[in-house]
Amino acid sequence: MSEKENKSPLLEVRDLHVFYGAIHAIKGISLQVYDNEIVTLIGANGAGKSTTLNTIAGLLKPRQGTIELIGQSLGGLGASRIVPKGLSLCPEGRRIFQQMTVRENLEMGCYTRPNSEIADSIADVFERFPRLKEREKQIAGTLSGGEQQMLAMARALMSKPSILMLDEPSMGLAPILVEQIFGIIAELHEAGTTILLVEQNAQMALHVADRAYVMETGKITLQGPAEELLHNEAVQKAYLGS
Amino acid sequence: MIFLDNLINGLSLGSIYAIIALGYTMVYGIAKMLNFAHGDVIMVGAYVAFCGLQYWGLPPVVAILASMAICTVLGITIEGLAYRPLRQAASLAVLITAIGMSYLLQNVALMIWGANPKSFPPTFINSTTFRLGQLRVSSATVITILANIVIMVSLTLFTAKTKMGKAMRCVSEDRGAAELMGINVNRTISVTFAIGSALAAIAGVLLCSSYPILQPTTGSMPGIKAFTAAVFGGIGSIPGAMLGGVLLGVIEIFGKAYISTELGDAIVFAVLIVVLLVKPTGLLGKPVREKV
Ligand SMILES: Nc1ncnc2c1ncn2[C@@H]1O[C@H](COP(=O)(O)OP(=O)(O)OP(=O)(O)O)[C@@H](O)[C@H]1O
Ligand SMILES: [Mg+2]
Repeated sequence: MSEKENKSPLLEVRDLHVFYGAIHAIKGISLQVYDNEIVTLIGANGAGKSTTLNTIAGLLKPRQGTIELIGQSLGGLGASRIVPKGLSLCPEGRRIFQQMTVRENLEMGCYTRPNSEIADSIADVFERFPRLKEREKQIAGTLSGGEQQMLAMARALMSKPSILMLDEPSMGLAPILVEQIFGIIAELHEAGTTILLVEQNAQMALHVADRAYVMETGKITLQGPAEELLHNEAVQKAYLGS
Repeated sequence: MIFLDNLINGLSLGSIYAIIALGYTMVYGIAKMLNFAHGDVIMVGAYVAFCGLQYWGLPPVVAILASMAICTVLGITIEGLAYRPLRQAASLAVLITAIGMSYLLQNVALMIWGANPKSFPPTFINSTTFRLGQLRVSSATVITILANIVIMVSLTLFTAKTKMGKAMRCVSEDRGAAELMGINVNRTISVTFAIGSALAAIAGVLLCSSYPILQPTTGSMPGIKAFTAAVFGGIGSIPGAMLGGVLLGVIEIFGKAYISTELGDAIVFAVLIVVLLVKPTGLLGKPVREKV
């Protein structure tokens, strides 16, 4: 941690406020993600985790606050202009293109990169997700839930982002698949990917992450090394079911 | 012989409907709105081609290209000025704006070209009549049907193979996810309007080549019929627009020939109602998928 304080963060969010009409969904949160870290954002349903990620990705406009990626302000840019800067969101509910093939989905993930990079990126992604390779020509909507989640993650990786944001990648999956998804997250981390992870499954998330933030009704109420939060009494009571 | 004659006329009229229906269906699929002014873009396209031929002395092909260019600019302008500011607005507000835009175009046409019907000059399109035994087929009929086929094949390839075409499919399926891929949604919608409007210009010229009377309301009825065709085939679906348009044209001509001239249009809409009762998404429409 002390070593990290000297480095500037890859992603820095300061005093973010987001509204849906009159609803004040995010009430002034600040967070940092450093190079090569997994940072997790946990919290109950409706705490504002997805809203936070969607705002960072540029799908929502903040009312107040700043978002910086590698020291560069993302203020006011729409999602399509943020992607090429090296930030990728794998959204809640996967949102793969159901009517396109697996390969087309992956190609779309490479939309902002030169066409010459597509083949390389696809080869990389297939190495990490061999199951997708077998299903290259399949219509994405016919994949199983676990395969769809893998496709969504693979698609988000196609642009070779400097930071990957994952919104509830384990949602709705059987325990064995949850294990598998977290295995992939750990592998990506080992390969040097920086990840901001939103999860309902706090147990798994805290095990895989370096640092964590706990959100409640639009605010960050706790933060620290994941290890510490795993043993924090309040966290155990609220999120770890013990 | 009369049957074949009617069939060919139906296919030709249906091809015009299909080309117009494409504009409705693409805009609906991608921008999720009904562009009620689309029929009037046809009328503008026809007037521009008319002026090119009659007043500016342009060769027909150049007049058609000029008409396409002006309609493309018109389509992009309408989208940018009238519809884009309403991107987050309720769909009813967008629909009313589109109806207003339709009246605006008709009234501007009235100011420029007056209320008197103009007679669309003959061109290479309707210059000859082919004879096959007893059957007489005008070149306009042949060219219309061929144009429809060429347009369908090109658009299908465009959406299947090109980067912009794929981006359109993404925006159509999930606008937010498309943005997350780095797709500029506004630009994609502009291109959709551009394509739809250029096709409207072609449809206008083809329409006036077969039915050469041109006035500010010329686009209204074909517009409504083509919209019906788009719904009939499954709105949002490109092959659906083709199928819906062609079927609608054939049904209309057969209805008029064998049942009643006055009831031709009523028959068309009755068939639409039956189809929608049996299959609410239209012939080739995909059922709306619940988002996870
Ligand atoms: N489109 C919207 N319009 C209005 N309010 C919204 C909208 N989306 C989210 N909200 C509200 O904002 C708050 C935060 O929602 P958000 O989806 O960010 O929560 P979350 O922490 O991701 O929850 P979950 O764990 O269930 O995914 C909630 O109170 C929610 O009702
Ligand atoms: Mg959420």
